Amino acid sequence: MIRQFTTNEFLFILTAVRWTLLLSLIAFVGGGLAGLGVALARTSPRGWLRHLATGYIQVFQGTPLLMQLFLVFFGANILGSGIDPLLAAAIGLTLNAAAFLGEIWRGCIQAIPKGQWEAGTALGLGYWTRMRHVILPQAAKIAVAPTVGFLVLLVKSTSLASIIGFVELTRAGQIVNNATFKPFLVFGIVAAIYFAICWPLSLWSKRLEARFGVVAR
Amino acid sequence: MNYVFQFQEVFAAWPELLRGAWLTISLSAGAMALGLVVAVFGALGKTMGPKPVRWLVDVYVEVIRNTPFLIQIFIIFFGLPRLGIQLSANQAALIAMVVNVGAYATEIVRAGIETIHKGQIEAGLALGLRPLQVFRHVVVFPALRTVYPALCSQFILLMLTSSVVSAISAEDLTGVANNIQSQTFRSFEIYLVVTALYLGLSLAFSAAFAGIWRVVFARQDRR
Repeated sequence: MIRQFTTNEFLFILTAVRWTLLLSLIAFVGGGLAGLGVALARTSPRGWLRHLATGYIQVFQGTPLLMQLFLVFFGANILGSGIDPLLAAAIGLTLNAAAFLGEIWRGCIQAIPKGQWEAGTALGLGYWTRMRHVILPQAAKIAVAPTVGFLVLLVKSTSLASIIGFVELTRAGQIVNNATFKPFLVFGIVAAIYFAICWPLSLWSKRLEARFGVVAR
Repeated sequence: MNYVFQFQEVFAAWPELLRGAWLTISLSAGAMALGLVVAVFGALGKTMGPKPVRWLVDVYVEVIRNTPFLIQIFIIFFGLPRLGIQLSANQAALIAMVVNVGAYATEIVRAGIETIHKGQIEAGLALGLRPLQVFRHVVVFPALRTVYPALCSQFILLMLTSSVVSAISAEDLTGVANNIQSQTFRSFEIYLVVTALYLGLSLAFSAAFAGIWRVVFARQDRR
């Protein structure tokens, strides 16, 4: 039976945005924390840590996010307990975001002139003090623009959670489309909602880049 | 954990996996080639076109870059048949990929065009180079140099993103994996193998692109 597209369907789609936003937030916070670790490991003076981080980044940037989500989802099944799709998506996206943010922030850390490192060492600062008070505050400034840019990618990426069965914005659109058979209307609305989230972020990122992004290269 | 990994059914399906991998490669290569055509026109329109054209290119690029690929495929796969255009899943996948990569490549090519200053062309002509020589040495080569690395990473990104086309049951590498999964129920094993295949593909392509760079562009540096 074909249903009509009414305000109910519209609201169903619109309220599903919160799951997209929640998932983005979890992955961003989790990926940010882990990503800082990856970036520090990637720039570490210890060779094995650098190799480990390089391998991690290469694997996550060299394989499809969809496969990463599948592996988390089905891997958890192997471990015995089934896994909630939200949790699986959150873990997968967090691991993925950690690799991307780690690589972005590595660039920002390495963009800080060598003299700053040497000055820190000359002052007798240890690794952590130097990082915290000299390098990271400067690197953070360059990092803002590409990080906001990555946020756009992350929000779009959460749409893949629909494939492992988590009902967020994309899945909600699919459900409504299956019932109403109005693909242009339904997915047009879904696309417009994503656009409304992502476009301001893109513009913001571009503005930030114009302000202090030039140094980043 | 008392799970027994069983890979034999996965490996037994290698001809299908191979076919899927081949479709992934050819979809990506085809989409990249067609996407580049879109990109060249887009970039020309953006840099030299009249205002409405520039505006249209902007809208295209921004809309594609700020919406998920999955939604773009859905609109094409479920939407176009409503307009009377019948598409197989693989055709819809190709169209969606062209539309998608065309937008990203437009920005890349535009950046490449903008690296060439008018003054450089004039300088070339003033040095007595013939117009064709100027075009080759001053315009095309430097522009390609700027654009090449970005286009290469875009290609690998496209190939990885293309796994999403399995959502409309296209028969790419991921699509084949889904089929094998539903027959054998060896989900983790099959996706592990396929993930490794994707990793192999992206490493192989980056190595190949780096090799081409060394042969074509790096030699130019030494002069």
